This record gives sequence, structure tokens and C-alpha cells, in this order.
Amino acid sequence: MKKNVYLIGAVFGVILVFVLGMYAYQNKQTQVRTDTANKNASALVKFHSPSIGASDAKVTIVEFFDPACEACRAFYPVVKSIMAENQGKVRLVLRYAAFHNGSDVVVKILEAAKLQGLYWQALDAVYQSQPVWAEHGNPQIQRVWDYLQPIGLDIERAKRDMENPGIAAALQQDTADVMSLKVQKTPTFFVNGKPWEVISPDGLRALVLEAIKASYP
Amino acid sequence: MLPSTNLSPHSRQWRVLFACWLLALVATAGSLFLSEVMEFAPCVLCWYQRIPMYALVVVLGVGLQAQDPGVVKYAKALALIGLALASYHCLLYLGFIPKSIQPCGKGVSCADVQLQLWGVVTIPLMSLLTFGAISLGLFFPNRKRVV
Repeated sequence: MKKNVYLIGAVFGVILVFVLGMYAYQNKQTQVRTDTANKNASALVKFHSPSIGASDAKVTIVEFFDPACEACRAFYPVVKSIMAENQGKVRLVLRYAAFHNGSDVVVKILEAAKLQGLYWQALDAVYQSQPVWAEHGNPQIQRVWDYLQPIGLDIERAKRDMENPGIAAALQQDTADVMSLKVQKTPTFFVNGKPWEVISPDGLRALVLEAIKASYP
Repeated sequence: MLPSTNLSPHSRQWRVLFACWLLALVATAGSLFLSEVMEFAPCVLCWYQRIPMYALVVVLGVGLQAQDPGVVKYAKALALIGLALASYHCLLYLGFIPKSIQPCGKGVSCADVQLQLWGVVTIPLMSLLTFGAISLGLFFPNRKRVV
């Protein structure tokens, strides 16, 4: 049947071109992102950025995140377990990409908690209660406070500290770096400067292990 | 039973329709490439043009397989709808239609030029050319040169 050969052949041909084009395009995009990250290496880690892990670790994971983003929430335990499995070798630096409506307020709350030395506890609480306060289209940011009381946060003080111009400046800096590094999705990870967009937790783990192998031969 | 006026795969008409179908198929893949791979969000008018274009792939594809010459009249209707929408979109791009009567207020603006190849070829223009070429093939299948 000649006609079926033409019809099916054309469909497969078009699909083949599509897939090849997709790989070529994505390769190019990865290249562009890597170049952007290399050119703007100073934009990756800032003095004010919260970080955890050994300060002399040779592998640095920079995570651009949004406290209201579900994927960030899902990735957080993965990042923590990667940190725990490779103690002393990996440092995690957090940067804000407050894309969601109301996220900037939560970022300010986190920064206020940092001033009380409760940053990581607050981050845990914020992520844990995310389904409550971060409903899309109807975020109820104020409800996050209910979950911050149990960790021992001085709520009154935090509310005052949130207005601190230093916090606004830090957030502004992060937003500027989001632009210069062309971060478009959250979470976006940079492992030793190499950009990586969310695909799978295993992909992130593999990338970190590769960096560890290269840095600790 | 096949219809009495059979569309033979060896006929000129079958080849012309095949070319039309191929154009629609490539346009479909191309539009999906733009939105899914390059992540350009399609505007409302783009979606309206996708409806007849995607339908053409199915209608012409099935017609060619079944060797049914009746497929032409359905395809003609789809191609004309697409042609009208694409013309409107191109006029919008070129600024002949004032912004105030644009149909799309929410989401991506239909007047934003997202892609421009060689300075002139925009997405609505590609759509217009494809619908135009398909229409030519459907309405004037006996012309010596199809496009």
C-alpha cells in the first residue's frame, strides 16, 4: 500500500524532525544558561544569602526558590538528604525568586526569622504549611504566622523587622540576580555554577555527586 | 465499499491533497514546537487558528487514507476559517486594526510580536501562508503549479 507508506512515513518524519529539533534547542538553551551563569558568576552567591553546610565545602548548590512553589517544597527534603549524605562536602545557598503572588511577604518573614536565628526552622514551617497559606489564586499569607509561633519566633518583633530596609534591599538584590541569571522557573539549581532546571530529584542528586567526584578525587 | 468516484493514490488530486495535508502536519508540529519546546505562550487568536489547522491534519489524513474525494469540501471550510483568522491576526500585527477592538484582553497579547524570522516572517504570517497554500491546493487542484 503505497499511500500508507507516504502517510505514515510523513508522520514519522515530522515527529523525528520535531524530536531532533527539541534536543538541539534544549542543548543550545543549556549552553546559553551555562554561559550566562559563567558570565554572571558574581550574581550567584551574595553575602546576605542564607546558607547551610561547611563553609569550606568544595561543592556549592545555589537554589533559587519561591516559598509558595510546590516543586520547591517537594525538592526541599531531597536537597536536605543530599546535604546529609555528603556532610562537609556540600554547601547550600538559598536565593529568592518570588514569582508567586504574595511570596515576597513570606520572603520578608523568612528574613525576619533569620534575624532571630530561626531561619531554617522557619523555612521548615513555611514549607510544611504551604498548602494552607499558598493556595493559588487565593493566597492567605497571614495564616503562615500560626505555624511560626510553635518554633519560638517572636512574632511581634518579626513583624517589625520585616519592614527593615536591609531586608527589602536583599530581596531586591535577589530579584536583580534572577534577571541577570535568567532564572525562569523555580526551583532552579546551580551546582558549582552549572545551571539545572527541575527534571527529577535523581537528576539533581546525580549532578551533585558528579560535582563531588570532580572536587574530591 | 469505496465511493464510486475513488481518489486513487496515483492521481494528481491525491498528491495535491497529500501536499496540503503535509503542510498542515508541519504547521501543527511547528506550532507545538513553538509552544511546548520554545515555551512561547500561544495567544487566543493563535488557539483559534490551531483549531482548523489541527483538524485539517485529521480530516485530510483520514480522507487520503480512505481515498475519499468528499474530504475536499470539509477541508475547504476549515481552510477558509483558518485563512480568515490568520488574515485578521496579520492585520492586527501590522497595526491596521486598532488595539481597542482586539479580542484578547487576558493572557498573552495577540499583538505582541514574539518571533520574527529575517525581520519579516512572524508566526501569524506563517499561519496565513500555510492556510493560503492549503486553500490554493483545495480550490484549484488542477493548476499546474500548486503554490
